[in-house]
Amino acid sequence: MKVLADTEVCVAAGVCLTLAPAVFDQDDEVGKVILLNPNPDADDYEAVRDAVLSCPSAALRLVDDE
Amino acid sequence: MTAEFSGTGPSGAGPSNIVIVGASAAGITTAAALRRNGYDRELTLVDAETHRPYDRPPLSKHLLSGEWDAERLLLKSEADLDEMAVGIRPGTTVTDVDLPGRRLTLGHGDDIAFDRLVLATGVTPRRLPHSSGVAGVHTLRTLDDATTLSAELQPGRRLVVVGGGFLGTEVAATAVRLGVDVTIVAGTATLLERSLGVLVGEQVAHLHRANGVKLHIGPASVVTSVDEIGGRVSGVTLLDGSVLHADVVFLAIGAAPRLGWLGSSGLSIGDGIECGPDLSAAPGVYAAGDVARWENPLFGRSMRVEHRTNATEQGMHVAKRLLDGEQTAFASVPYFWTDQYDLKLQVHGWLRGFDEVRVIEGSFEERRMIAVFRRGDRLTGVLGIGAAKAVRQWRQHVLDGQPWASVVDS
Repeated sequence: MKVLADTEVCVAAGVCLTLAPAVFDQDDEVGKVILLNPNPDADDYEAVRDAVLSCPSAALRLVDDE
Repeated sequence: MTAEFSGTGPSGAGPSNIVIVGASAAGITTAAALRRNGYDRELTLVDAETHRPYDRPPLSKHLLSGEWDAERLLLKSEADLDEMAVGIRPGTTVTDVDLPGRRLTLGHGDDIAFDRLVLATGVTPRRLPHSSGVAGVHTLRTLDDATTLSAELQPGRRLVVVGGGFLGTEVAATAVRLGVDVTIVAGTATLLERSLGVLVGEQVAHLHRANGVKLHIGPASVVTSVDEIGGRVSGVTLLDGSVLHADVVFLAIGAAPRLGWLGSSGLSIGDGIECGPDLSAAPGVYAAGDVARWENPLFGRSMRVEHRTNATEQGMHVAKRLLDGEQTAFASVPYFWTDQYDLKLQVHGWLRGFDEVRVIEGSFEERRMIAVFRRGDRLTGVLGIGAAKAVRQWRQHVLDGQPWASVVDS
């Protein structure tokens, strides 16, 4: 699983880092998403799927590994 | 929630035919979350829109300015929608609901059955009397609204924005940067006053003036009529008798839930659909997004929240309740943001009716500021500019229901 984040679309709600703190962070000022780990560990898959679903601007996408 | 509808669902069986009315943020999130949570039976979205589900906040910003095209607003790709296996009925309004019979009547005369129903129809902009059908008068809710308004925002034209709230100020900021001659008219003491108070509102007003927007605000600046010549808008007349000439008038005076079709449903309708704390409106019937009024246990207050994040969170909550039937309350710290020029103002909490606002760090001029809001003896919200991470710490205090005195120095 690979995570993609569109920082232009991101509205800095910070929902993703609450759900999956090992994968997402945000910058200190505007609060745009920072991908800590674009290739999450299997342990984080569920949390990442929840974060993608919860993103209020559809800024996160998942792509399957080839 | 009315007494006659309280109690458990209509039958012991789990859902097998869920219909969601409205396919914007709340509706589409409910659908996606149902699939994510393992629901694999019938799922239908009835949508008044003809476009694929899209996101609304960029309409007043990137879409209106021309920076983004409509494709950028889509909430789901075609592949996502295929994978969700959801039947979308676009361009379809609902005219009536028969709750005991579990049927919806659609605008073109069909009716469809459901065993669980989600109401996520959103809101419709308010208009001023005699402004409908006048060329050059606009409101903004849909993609089509934004496209039409965008075509009118030509350099040198005079735009009067009626309303000094979030939508009015965001459209003004976008328009003035397109070279439009912009005036905001509002009957309030300053901009964003109802939402953020005078202290912050004055700063936002200063920012607009510095960017070349003219402000016509105060109690005498209530618009009494929208004027026209030959079917085309010519300006607005204010309470003090003054006339502002305009080529284009944009009305941003709030919005009302779309609930006319529920008039004979037996549901409790006030300012929104009156829901139980779990967002249920009747057994097996839930509301989500702008239309839902419920008591938020974190604040002990009845609220109806027209924020983008609320639509997502309520959609996810409703999807869970549809499947587990539990009466778990929807508890949330509302979040919203507004883009004013190159500043993003972010608010966590529920500020309505606050008693005090205090700036505890930075200032508007420094482009980094944290302001906290008190209601009674508790911290009820926080506003941040350029301090997103620090603000999230304060959000936690709001979530924890912290007394003001324990987190703010006296």
